[in-house]
Amino acid sequence: MNRFLTTTAMIALALAGASVSAQAADVKEVQMLHWWTSGGEAAALNVLKEDLSKEGFAWKDVPVAGGGGDAAMTALKAMVAAGTYPTASQMLGYTVLDYAQAGVMGDLTETAKKEGWDKSVPAALQKFSVYDGKWVAAPVNVHSVNWLWINKAVMDKIGGTQPKTFEELIALLDKAKAAGVIPLALGGQNWQEATMFDSIVLSTGGPEFYKKAFNDLDDESLKSDTMKKSFDNLATIIKYVDPNFSGRDWNLATAMVIKGDALLQVMGDWAKGEFVAAKKTPDTDFLCYRFPGTDGSVVYNSDMFGMFNVPDDRKAAQVALATATLSKSFQSAFNVVKGSVPARTDVPDTDFDACGKKGIADLKAANEGGTLFGSLAQGYGAPPAIANAYKDVVSKFVHGQIKTSDEAVKQLVQAIDDAR
Amino acid sequence: MSTVATTDPVLTPRQSTGVSLRGRLQDALPKIVLAPSFVITIIFVYGFIVWTAYLSFTNSKTFPSYALTGARAYQRLWRWTFESDPPSSWYTSITNMAIFGFLYIGICLALGLFLAILLDQKIRGESVLRPIFLYPMALSFIVTGVAWKWFLDPGLGLEQTLHHFGWTSFHFDWIKNKDFVIYTVVIAGVWQASGFVMAMFLAGLRGIDGEIMKAAQIDGASPFQLYRRIVIPLLRPIFLSAFIVLAHMAIKSYDLVVALTSGGPGGSAWLPSNFMYEYTFKRNEMAVGSASAIIMLMTISAIIVPYLYSELKEKAR
Repeated sequence: MNRFLTTTAMIALALAGASVSAQAADVKEVQMLHWWTSGGEAAALNVLKEDLSKEGFAWKDVPVAGGGGDAAMTALKAMVAAGTYPTASQMLGYTVLDYAQAGVMGDLTETAKKEGWDKSVPAALQKFSVYDGKWVAAPVNVHSVNWLWINKAVMDKIGGTQPKTFEELIALLDKAKAAGVIPLALGGQNWQEATMFDSIVLSTGGPEFYKKAFNDLDDESLKSDTMKKSFDNLATIIKYVDPNFSGRDWNLATAMVIKGDALLQVMGDWAKGEFVAAKKTPDTDFLCYRFPGTDGSVVYNSDMFGMFNVPDDRKAAQVALATATLSKSFQSAFNVVKGSVPARTDVPDTDFDACGKKGIADLKAANEGGTLFGSLAQGYGAPPAIANAYKDVVSKFVHGQIKTSDEAVKQLVQAIDDAR
Repeated sequence: MSTVATTDPVLTPRQSTGVSLRGRLQDALPKIVLAPSFVITIIFVYGFIVWTAYLSFTNSKTFPSYALTGARAYQRLWRWTFESDPPSSWYTSITNMAIFGFLYIGICLALGLFLAILLDQKIRGESVLRPIFLYPMALSFIVTGVAWKWFLDPGLGLEQTLHHFGWTSFHFDWIKNKDFVIYTVVIAGVWQASGFVMAMFLAGLRGIDGEIMKAAQIDGASPFQLYRRIVIPLLRPIFLSAFIVLAHMAIKSYDLVVALTSGGPGGSAWLPSNFMYEYTFKRNEMAVGSASAIIMLMTISAIIVPYLYSELKEKAR
């Protein structure tokens, strides 16, 4: 009996020790979890830090090792599970909704009303920043993924012109091949392959089809011949990459285009950040076109600052952060560096380069025309489980584990069904 | 002493209670000191094993959910295994595990024993050679992975270097090839661990009684017979220990695959540990991830339990 009591006391003691909560955070401090650590991104974030320090709020990075955001998301999950919320965290698409559903997000509706976010932020983005009628996240930017990035010197050398259709693109790639240049720079990581496939599907099936298949996950569209044709087109275009592409990082692929080793890359507009960092100018050193056949549509993803349900005394700092994030000056300054375009459509494009100006105009047009679609590869088309199943299938097709487009379509339907 | 105790029966009870109080405290002290770590281990190892097992029967996605939904997660794993053509990620993971485990353990044991026997021939410079073979073990899998990644990359490493020297027909692109990428993981793993296995065998060889060897030599045994009939059978416990250590490392090697191949083309280098991490933390399919973790645990148990059993039987003998 005695022994039993002692043991019980021991366990109780250990549990009490474990449940001592972390110290309360400073109320004049913005705790921010993000993975923007590269030179340009860090510089862009500094603008936000300075804006906030003018209002008397200190900035505290929640340290997250490792790029790409996976490590950050794991850290965030642990923090939320422990109940120590950061003021805000960089988040993508469906992750925001996941957390909102778990009831850990704050409510910024008041600020949003005052600042008129409803009118200036595209409706497609609001799908991810508004949950249950409440603003839970502040969008920072809009990236679009259906871009071609072309080295102009190589383009001039082979005498190419802007491809308007998929067939013209293939003809252009053939020209580059004949001239002894690597036609297509691609990193063989599953998200890069899937990002390119997003553009191919939009180009092959058109905007209606993209929306039905990749946003609504409509079974008929996923099974359709158009989807098969899309995989066929993927098979065609993949023949133009160099044999050493597997596992290559996206920025190394961009570097191949910058150096002129390769003619073009199909990548989101974060690639422009690399061109800018290498002191290249649009139209003189490099060209940016919409992926042929996708003009007028924008497949987007967007970085958001998810706002957590912090205690009342820390709310002021959060509101200041949200206001500063969506201020026109920050939106402009940040996105000029990042390569993306502002998340609100009423920001003047004066500071942007030619590609940025085009991006802003395209976003505005797509928003008004209803052709702004969430990228499935980037986690804006469907929840992560489905997006990853999709990336798997595309990647296996690219690397030859799935051999025919019939099989690929079958696998895609099955994988999406499993992940639902 | 015993005579003192018997001649003074009055004092004995009082004394004995005093001694027994202190004695009891002394007896309990190790238990008291051990208790916190015991409790922590119980909770954070075995408690979480139970928790993971529970989660694998739920429909947990991003966050744990506690509503039981049956063995759906397991059904998904095994359906992928039996009916998948082309191979699913789980199927790839477990076949890779079989290939990697078999080759990694086998080659490490063979190579380690071979090196140990050579080093045991009283050669000069042994003290220099030993650490050279042993030290790859001091590197983390991440470092090993990155170094070999560069070395095996057709655009950077071996292939490129040999092309520079004029051997332009040389071709080695296993690391970019979905069918061979798992073998590059074996190469890097063997490079790292075989020196350690060598050290274990060397210690075992040094522990063998020289008299037996001499007796065998007098009886006219050739060196080959000597090793085959006497030395290697005597090393049996070392084989077992090395096997257990290597089996552990094979099953938990996650970082090597990530650093060396970043998962391989189309995920073709995944091991079950990669699968588990990917599904639990990146794909927000915690139930499937938990199910795969439980299957990994059962795999390890299948190795450890017979080992413990044989060890205990040995002790009892």
